[in-house]
Amino acid sequence: MSLWAGVIIASVLVFSWKIFGAYVPQRWLEHPSIARVASLLTVALLAGLIGIQGFTNGGQIHPDARIPALLVAGVLTWRKVPFIIMVAAAAAVAAVLRAFAGWA
Amino acid sequence: MANSDAPAKGLLATSIGVGLATGFYGISFGALSSAAGLDLWQTMVLSLAMFSGGSQFAFVAVAAGGSGAVAAAITSAWLLGIRNGFYAVRLAPVLKLVGLKRWIGAMVTIDESLAVAIAQEKTADQRRGFWWTGAAVYLFWNSATFLGALIGDAVGKPENWGLDAAAAAAFVGLVWPRLKERQALIVAIAAVIVATAVSPFVPAGIPVLIAGSVALIVGFTNWFASSSREVQA
Repeated sequence: MSLWAGVIIASVLVFSWKIFGAYVPQRWLEHPSIARVASLLTVALLAGLIGIQGFTNGGQIHPDARIPALLVAGVLTWRKVPFIIMVAAAAAVAAVLRAFAGWA
Repeated sequence: MANSDAPAKGLLATSIGVGLATGFYGISFGALSSAAGLDLWQTMVLSLAMFSGGSQFAFVAVAAGGSGAVAAAITSAWLLGIRNGFYAVRLAPVLKLVGLKRWIGAMVTIDESLAVAIAQEKTADQRRGFWWTGAAVYLFWNSATFLGALIGDAVGKPENWGLDAAAAAAFVGLVWPRLKERQALIVAIAAVIVATAVSPFVPAGIPVLIAGSVALIVGFTNWFASSSREVQA
């Protein structure tokens, strides 16, 4: 599938939840396990993306300079450093290790 | 209290502050989207039309796997967008919108507009908080995305700038506020391990969806639940 088709279909689908929620009767989503799964699904998908983006490359497990970068990101997030500074710091750690310390 | 504009001004300041803070990391989204291979207009359509940070970061991260991963990128973004549907349900009785306004309201139903709205006591303030925050985030998020995409286009090989590490760090920042409950923390750790472990064996994009199934299992069985506290969508 082309990237443009993906961009448009995904945008429509993400919006569809928002408009669905605005029309659906409240009682439909009140069941505790539905709410719990929805909440945990967000956590699981974002965490899964940490694994893919942090520890794999082209479908192989590939530990490299991203690991120390992620450790720094974790500490800065825990210390409540603003998002953009935390992300920039993680990028800097990986970039510096690759440029000056020969890391992959 | 009744005649005072001070609370409304405070609320406006809060809305703009949240908009600025959130918008700012639109820069990182724009840069990462360019690095993942999306052009400027594809990146902008995601911010203008999808308008949900988690789904956008997920889409570009998974779509970077190549044309075979686009379907999985769509699915990841879509599943991450579910929570906005719950926010819309929660906000509907407060906003009481009809017609076109209901659709515009749906567009800006996101983490931040919900958070500011439900933090207010009076219904009128909840409505203001929702609209002001939604509008501020929309404005700043899209401007910042544009800027970030231009920066991302200019930098060349993403790895040399650590942009692959930045993408992973972005997901750390997005998931962190959701890990207050023990159950969520366990799901997160399991999801990182599962996604990483299955990645050599399944096509690009699929590991994230398999990680999502951890939430289904733990959510429906309610394993590892903390004592009787309600989980918020």
